[in-house]
Amino acid sequence: MTGFLSRRHFLVGAATAAILTQARVRQASASPSPLTFDELYGSFSALGLTFSDKVKALADQPVAMQGFMAPPLKAESNFFVLTEIPMALCPFCSTDADWPDNIVVVYLEKTQTFEQANALIEVRGRLEVGSWTDPETGFLSRLRIVDATFGRA
Amino acid sequence: MRALVAALTLSTCLISAAGATAIYPLDRATILASSPFDFKVEFDGVVKADDVTLTINGQPAKDVLGKDVSFVEKEDGVDASAVLLRGVTIATPGTYTVEAKAGDETKTVKWEVYGTPATPKAKNVIFFLGDGLSVANRTAARIMSKGMTEGKANGRLNMDDLDHMAFIGTSSTHSIATDSANTMSAYMTGHKSRVNALGVYADRTADSKDDPKVETIAEALRRTGKKAVGVVSTAEIEDATPAAVVAHTRKRADKADIVGMFYDVKPEVILGGGSAYFLGKDVPGSKRKDDKDYIQMFKDAGYTLATTKQELDTASGSNTGKILGLFHTGNMDVTLDRMFLKKGTVDKFPDQPGLVDMTEVALDQLSKNEDGFFLMVEGASIDKMAHPMDWERAEVDTIEFDKAVGVGMEFAKTHPDTLVVVTGDHTHGVSLIGTIDDDKPGNEMREKVGTYDDAGFPNYVDANGDGYPDSVDVSRRLAMFANNYPDYYETFRPKMDGPFEPAVKDANGNYVANEQYKNVPGAVLRVGNLPKNADTAVHAVDDVVLQATGPGAEEFKGYMEQSDVYKVLADAMALAPTEKQASAK
Repeated sequence: MTGFLSRRHFLVGAATAAILTQARVRQASASPSPLTFDELYGSFSALGLTFSDKVKALADQPVAMQGFMAPPLKAESNFFVLTEIPMALCPFCSTDADWPDNIVVVYLEKTQTFEQANALIEVRGRLEVGSWTDPETGFLSRLRIVDATFGRA
Repeated sequence: MRALVAALTLSTCLISAAGATAIYPLDRATILASSPFDFKVEFDGVVKADDVTLTINGQPAKDVLGKDVSFVEKEDGVDASAVLLRGVTIATPGTYTVEAKAGDETKTVKWEVYGTPATPKAKNVIFFLGDGLSVANRTAARIMSKGMTEGKANGRLNMDDLDHMAFIGTSSTHSIATDSANTMSAYMTGHKSRVNALGVYADRTADSKDDPKVETIAEALRRTGKKAVGVVSTAEIEDATPAAVVAHTRKRADKADIVGMFYDVKPEVILGGGSAYFLGKDVPGSKRKDDKDYIQMFKDAGYTLATTKQELDTASGSNTGKILGLFHTGNMDVTLDRMFLKKGTVDKFPDQPGLVDMTEVALDQLSKNEDGFFLMVEGASIDKMAHPMDWERAEVDTIEFDKAVGVGMEFAKTHPDTLVVVTGDHTHGVSLIGTIDDDKPGNEMREKVGTYDDAGFPNYVDANGDGYPDSVDVSRRLAMFANNYPDYYETFRPKMDGPFEPAVKDANGNYVANEQYKNVPGAVLRVGNLPKNADTAVHAVDDVVLQATGPGAEEFKGYMEQSDVYKVLADAMALAPTEKQASAK
């Protein structure tokens, strides 16, 4: 297992940076709650899905999720898509709209080398719930782990 | 005219690269008389408006088309000029020679405008489209479903009894190879196009919604009469095949826009998956980027909504005349998972109807229309499972597709004024070569592949007589292989835990074998023969076999271009009733 280098770096920084709010330090220090793909949604219907009570309760809280890194949309990027199983996308439809429902978009605290898609990874960061469009890429996500780090699970 | 030509020869300041001028519709296009289409000329360089001459059969184009063209000096993102005329029609059948000139750029194309008999031969048309349906799919489905004894099939598929047939050439306008967008678009418009394009010719500008349009069959039916229209698929309803009935876009991935195109045409029956593109962006599961609620919009337009098989049964009994059935946010689960293994996403969407259920409801609803109907039914997952080489799932879906064909043929028996067409859109590089027998000696799976005399017959059992093998995981099963593939682990076994994902993308963007299958007993790494950017097996260029029965089916024969099939449908329904021929040369 590789360490969460950038997180450690963050904690060291947090100890000295006076501008960080008390709340943020408390959040980052808290042990992240494990979250699995099976726990994301409470119900499924063609009329839409509903987030699970656990996801709602963990909104804006630190979480840890295991999964696979989907093929990155571009090689150098500070975000990627975490999926339950290793996946391939058809070449004709790899727009963000074609991603499956059970994904979480991960925004990294800082750029890291991407892992092979075949490797199980663990992501830690703060869970964000609700639709948000990345102004830089136009990528629309509904579940995100932000300020995140990852390493081999 | 003569004066214009003289003026052109005097012009000296034109940029040109002879021969690259393009005219849409392309040379040898066949056009249904009176059907609207966009006329576009792309010059190779920047030209002056005054230097452009356009003639059709020697007459100024605007006299023939009834409107003047608009000139674009520099197209968006292109350092070249174009002329464009949207929504023109030609009413008189015949050969039309179109010539575009600007300076020393000249391009000539010929169009064939065709009419139809004055009287329809068929009141109803049911168009069954097995996505990717290849000959091997039919053979394997017949053996798996019916069995075989001493070299003779123990039963026949429904499609085996269709009495007219043709070989269909599926190639696209820019390549011998092809995909589900341009192929279905050729069937549904009568015009070939480029990979990924629906209801348009592919022009050179980046915008996917500005390409020169041609009329879809649903639009033609709206324009010419009162037939009801139905679109049924096990895929997302805005996926390429069902979309081709109504859509115009260079890019099949414009799925959110395609929902709007369905709304514009409003087929009376819409059944399939893909509700994610009907939901506003804030609804979890939505794949829209705006707040449009198409579910509500269709309801407001008088549609009865169904989201489960049970609701579909209820909707079937209602008299609203219009049904919107959306049973999954994405593609519906394949037959093997939905009916037997309960894998895939069946735990999340447990009450999805099958293709047979949807076909029955669609026919019941559409046949209430006294002016008849056009119904398109797609067995989508034959292709969706052939790509990842999940042959058992592809075959069980082929069997269900054939059962839906049976529903259509049964309807035609009591409604003999119905043309039934059964075809694929393109093929896959798949063949059935023998059997795989677990009881052959040794551990190496390849030694268990039986070929020639050693293949014998598989031992599938259908004890309950439902036409599906009770298990696909039998000890002597069909050996099917793709002739093209990415790197993957060949397991020689059915994928009982869920659909096969043969390859995954690595950090360099190359597809590598999915290690999830590495430890399956007997699995071997098969090094791909496709470029490393290929995620799965690809479409084949091989001809498709089309079969048909009923009034009009006699026009299917020999080899036909995919776009020629539209003329048979148009003839059957008399979409351009005119016997006159153009007097122009």
